[in-house]
Amino acid sequence: MLWIFIGHRTQDMATLESLDKANADRGRPARYRTTLDSLEAESIHILREVAAEFRRPVMLYSIGKDSSVMLRLAQKAFAPGRIPFPVLHVDTGYKFPEMTAFRDAYCREIGVDLRVYRNEPAIAEGTNPWDHGTVYCCSRLKTQALVNALREGGYDAAFGGARREEERSRAKERVYSFRDAEGQWNPRRQRPEIWNLYNGCIHPGESIRVFPLSNWTELDIWLYIQRESIPVVPLYFAEERLVVERHGQLVPVYEHTRLLPGEVPQRIVCRCRTLGCYPCTGVIRSEARTVADIITELAEVRVSERITRVIDHDQDASMEQKKREGYF
Amino acid sequence: MHPMGSEILASETLIGLETRPLLRFTTAGSVDDGKSTLIGRLLHDCGAIYVDQLQAVAEASRRSGSADVDLALVTDGLRAEREQKITIDVAYRPFATPRRRFIIADAPGHEQYTRNMVTAASTAELAVILLDAERGVTMQSRRHGFLAALVGIRRMVIAVNKMDLVGWSQERFIALADEYDRYLRSLGVEAAFIPISALQGDNVVEPSHSMAWYTGPTLLQFLETVPLQGDDAARPFRLAIQYVQRPSREYRGYSGTIASGSVRVGDLVAVYPSRSRTRVTSIMTPAGAADSASAGEAVTLTVADDIDMGRGHLLADTDHAPLEMHEFEATVIWTDEAPLDTRVTYLMKHTTRILRARPLAVLYRVNPATLEHEEADHLILNDIGRVRIRALQTIYGDTYRENRHTGSFILIDPGTHQTSGAGLIEGTATARLPEERNLVRHVGRVTAEDRQRLLGHLPVTVWLTGLSGSGKSTIAYNLEERLVASGHACAVLDGDNMRHGLNRDLGFSQEDRSENIRRVAEVARLMNEAGLIVITAFISPYAADREQAREIIGPERFVETFVDAPLEECERRDPKGLYAKARAGLIPEFTGVSAPYEPPPSPELRLDTTSRSAEQLVEAVLAYLRQRGILPCRHEER
Repeated sequence: MLWIFIGHRTQDMATLESLDKANADRGRPARYRTTLDSLEAESIHILREVAAEFRRPVMLYSIGKDSSVMLRLAQKAFAPGRIPFPVLHVDTGYKFPEMTAFRDAYCREIGVDLRVYRNEPAIAEGTNPWDHGTVYCCSRLKTQALVNALREGGYDAAFGGARREEERSRAKERVYSFRDAEGQWNPRRQRPEIWNLYNGCIHPGESIRVFPLSNWTELDIWLYIQRESIPVVPLYFAEERLVVERHGQLVPVYEHTRLLPGEVPQRIVCRCRTLGCYPCTGVIRSEARTVADIITELAEVRVSERITRVIDHDQDASMEQKKREGYF
Repeated sequence: MHPMGSEILASETLIGLETRPLLRFTTAGSVDDGKSTLIGRLLHDCGAIYVDQLQAVAEASRRSGSADVDLALVTDGLRAEREQKITIDVAYRPFATPRRRFIIADAPGHEQYTRNMVTAASTAELAVILLDAERGVTMQSRRHGFLAALVGIRRMVIAVNKMDLVGWSQERFIALADEYDRYLRSLGVEAAFIPISALQGDNVVEPSHSMAWYTGPTLLQFLETVPLQGDDAARPFRLAIQYVQRPSREYRGYSGTIASGSVRVGDLVAVYPSRSRTRVTSIMTPAGAADSASAGEAVTLTVADDIDMGRGHLLADTDHAPLEMHEFEATVIWTDEAPLDTRVTYLMKHTTRILRARPLAVLYRVNPATLEHEEADHLILNDIGRVRIRALQTIYGDTYRENRHTGSFILIDPGTHQTSGAGLIEGTATARLPEERNLVRHVGRVTAEDRQRLLGHLPVTVWLTGLSGSGKSTIAYNLEERLVASGHACAVLDGDNMRHGLNRDLGFSQEDRSENIRRVAEVARLMNEAGLIVITAFISPYAADREQAREIIGPERFVETFVDAPLEECERRDPKGLYAKARAGLIPEFTGVSAPYEPPPSPELRLDTTSRSAEQLVEAVLAYLRQRGILPCRHEER
């Protein structure tokens, strides 16, 4: 029977093109054909499920490309009505000025209910990555701020734009990620997630982090931004910027950036591949000035997007550690 | 970099990237079968691992004292996994080739992690199962095949790994493939076998130079070309309402994802539980207003009438009503450390509804390695069993076999909120007891013993089941001839004498097939009661139908006989030209081609038609009947 099977296969290989066509044509309306469409539908399903099942959901908004896509999906999920939950930005005080400007203008334009949370005591203490290290800085200004913001807001579900492809501990995430009252993730006690029957049952104080973009890739995000003409922060597009080289990375120089001995700022045509805090976000040399350029560039790029994040390399399992502490 | 990776991507640029079809598949293998290495190899050779990720893996490999880059570390995302060199949890990894997009749901292979394997398989269309060429088919390999088949995966590819350790032996490969294939066939699964070495990369992406005897596709070629299932659109329309949009007084929209079928503006749809009907007046999709939409799309509908509709209500095709279930039977996979407790009322999530439900009784537990039904009164973590469940409200859905979306549910512990079990609806619990039917049986004065004395045998039903063309009729009529020649009264029931008369009102839908089998079983029982040996020759593809027949006829009189012939062989024989017609699309729901055949997991008799002649097989049946004392031994024959 094996030989017969092999025979069948050989035949299939000969008619690959017809097979592809048959798969594509399978009686679906022209509209519903692409992987992007099915990812979009899956995300919308998740957004609606959460809006219906939770008392007080909130969407984490990082101002980045993934957040922009998530926001557009939410608009579609609840059209013709408005997005039925607020949008929360955790501001560390170290965000690129271009990001804050974009955030305020865009949220006003589309009419979402934007909340901004800052860990003011930590900011007042002068917490910074140069003196305290990125681990401590992140833990106070991001993780702790996030956990406090969620607790104070009484939010029982929080959407995040994380994707499984980004980082290996994220590949183990559920769509509905259960967190205890401290916001902590326990990878050994995750609820099995079977079919698309998400279990959103929680006790008071516990919460669920929800990842509607779980199955998207970086390229999907840009293809969708292109297809839907979604506005993004201009930092993603190449232009000449002032940067210094530090630990093999190009770090942009801003007003408060501290230069280390021997560092000389130079002007380089570059862009951000991911957005975060300016002291800890590297830029890449790039000529990609449009979304189409970025898509072409991504086809050839051979390093992951997280390489421009200083924070992920702190230790071998640093993302897993942060998630355990309550980070997304 | 490998040719399959960057170069092709770069040369074809990204034309069509977003239109490439997506295949979600799951992987399973026992500890040390080399599954993580295989996935690492697949991703690496497809250029899906970024340089910095590879560097991180190389560093980790060095730290753990390994000379080469350990590709297994690519997938083991958690610290404990890397430290203990095991996979703990399901990981989802996307990758792409110029032909397709893929998402791998990688399930750990430990026995105690059955729930993760079910989790991974529940959203997959295809399963890649690893066998270790050295160790062979293990209990766990059987378990993996069973679990994947259980959640509805009918296509599997079996990667026989570590071929380098068995000297690239074709004989070893064939022996292993043959053994495992037989097991998978008994589960109704169609499998392909590929000999590989994940460590050295043979037949993963690139063809092997060490196994010239293998002429089939590499694993990646197979994944790129296997037909996608995606048949949800052809099933009856179902949509469970998720969310009601009320942006203004005038507008009320009902949002949800179409589970199956399609809907057009103007269609009449039925709404459950209210059972009212209304017309669809508009369809909004993510791309804007549309005239129609089909399975998988997330839509918002408006309807003509102001009727009771809300979250959890089901919209359905008016010609194909859903099952209305209060008490039903389900196969349940237990995923919680706290055992299933029949005194607990669980929360049940079914489509977009959460309601309360109580497991009334565990009917049996399935041994996933032997497929035997074991007596059980509860289920513990990783057990799989048949459970009768009572929902405290009526639910509307389908069997899992008919519809993965409306036939599945999860049970949630009301206290801990753990996802306690995953359920597959098998059907309503309709088998009523005779006293409930106001029928009283008249019992005659002639006993079974009287009849046996008269006829010289015990009346039984030899129930032949198998694919069309497997040889059922040939065996049935040869057997009848032999029995009559040795003085035994018997009768053959087959399609010719049943379907042209008693059952001529029945077609070939699953319902009709079930009813056909039920009537055959009732007739066989009457004939057995009259003292005849009955031989039935029906494909009888569904295990549930045969189980019902066993109950009707009586287990002690029912001799389930599996006439085992591979589909390819039946198709080659094709005595009535039916396969050719079915392949041409002229016969809908043809068993083996467009409808499933569920081989009996543990028949009384299995007849292998490929290695033995019809005469030999008839002899085997007679030997069995003598051995059971149904027929007198040879020297007693009259």
